[in-house]
Amino acid sequence: MKEFGGKALFLDRSDINTDEIIPAKYLTENTKLALQPFILEDLKLGGFDPRKDIEGKGVIVTRANFGCGSSREHAVWVFEVNDINVVIGESFARIFRQNMYNCGMLAIELPKKDIETLFGLGEAVEIAVDLAACTITAQGSKKVVISFKLNEFDKKLVEAGGWLAYADKNY
Amino acid sequence: MGDSHTCTHGAFGAFAAGVGTTDLEVGILKGVCSFRTPETMRITITGALQDGVSAKDVILFIIKELTVNGATDKVMEFVGPVVEAMSMEARMTLCNMAIEAGATCGICLPDRVTAQYLWPFIKDQYDSIDLAVEDFAQWHSDPDAEYVKEMTLDVSKLAPQVTFGYKPDEVKSVTEMDGTPVDQVYIGSCTNGRIEDLRSAARILKGKKIAANVRGILSPATPKVYSQAMEEGIIAIFMEAGFCVTNPTCGACLGMSNGVLAEGEICASTTNRNFNGRMGKGGIVHLMSPLTAAATAVQGHITDPRKLL
Repeated sequence: MKEFGGKALFLDRSDINTDEIIPAKYLTENTKLALQPFILEDLKLGGFDPRKDIEGKGVIVTRANFGCGSSREHAVWVFEVNDINVVIGESFARIFRQNMYNCGMLAIELPKKDIETLFGLGEAVEIAVDLAACTITAQGSKKVVISFKLNEFDKKLVEAGGWLAYADKNY
Repeated sequence: MGDSHTCTHGAFGAFAAGVGTTDLEVGILKGVCSFRTPETMRITITGALQDGVSAKDVILFIIKELTVNGATDKVMEFVGPVVEAMSMEARMTLCNMAIEAGATCGICLPDRVTAQYLWPFIKDQYDSIDLAVEDFAQWHSDPDAEYVKEMTLDVSKLAPQVTFGYKPDEVKSVTEMDGTPVDQVYIGSCTNGRIEDLRSAARILKGKKIAANVRGILSPATPKVYSQAMEEGIIAIFMEAGFCVTNPTCGACLGMSNGVLAEGEICASTTNRNFNGRMGKGGIVHLMSPLTAAATAVQGHITDPRKLL
């Protein structure tokens, strides 16, 4: 199972799409690691610099409909190879959300008010994930503990390390 | 299947949804795939499309109304007289862009139009088209089926639609976009690269030349479409107009080849996504129908195709 948690990268925009996360021209790479430098390269977000802002981050906090557009699983892999295994958002695009769990990673959906709380914690925020309790603990200008919902099947995928490992064992 | 535009097949009444690589892998290895059960929304399209207005304009308008997140985890069921009057290719265009509203799938009810289109492939399974039509009816929604949302759209006054920003739901009427200069016109893609799309564009391009400031690129969707377009003299029309005609390919749609934009360039395109940087870093894409794209190519700026009909 992956390790979850770390410094938060705040992406304050809805509808961040998978073309922005990893442009199509990099999809010809045949290792996940080769994607690493190109993360969020085309993200249209004022003040964001992918060359500086990703370093050392372990968790993404964002708004609604994250990962919309193309089904490219590379959008999940590019986070994985940059040691970001959790994305917390108000909602996710269907295919991206499923791709995250298929890779044993967490796409945590929180109500708008909880996302607002996280955005209000300032810039230097550390987030810890308790999978058993289904809570996240965010330490910024203050400390908050927020519960999240994780359905049984998604939990099993995360514990197994992904859909392939799970299916290999169970089918 | 492993592409988000798998939903195109919903035009045939099939539940068809895009998935990522791991889902494909497990599907191939184990024959299983999981879905969070989608709810269904029904979109009833009424009235009649004006000459010059097409399925592409309808779906762009629907995406605008729903937003890019409006149909997430839902199936969009397209019904109504306008859908029934649509050819299979038009229905494919409609269902192709269901994903742009976040939908799991876009679906049309399989009917006689479907059976006639499929007949060369299914003629050994049925004794007659009538029997195929009868059989397809089992896939129709029950009269008392429950929908999580209902939307009715009268398209009688619908103008051609064009995107203006960096999301497929940022849509305006072509009247508002008229005059926007472009550097490139791209006609093709899984959305609008089929023979009817090419015929539609050729209708405007025939006997005309594209504007001097425009780079025109045509990519017929498949080798079969390409061959048919050649037989019908359509490739000649495009070439005489000044288009570059390329092999079937996704190509510039996702910034891979055959029309990748340079920084600052503007493309009028029949593709399906205008995301930032998608067709080329620093470029911008205006999505539209093949007819609007053809009119735009001739005038050198975004143009209401109805003016040139």
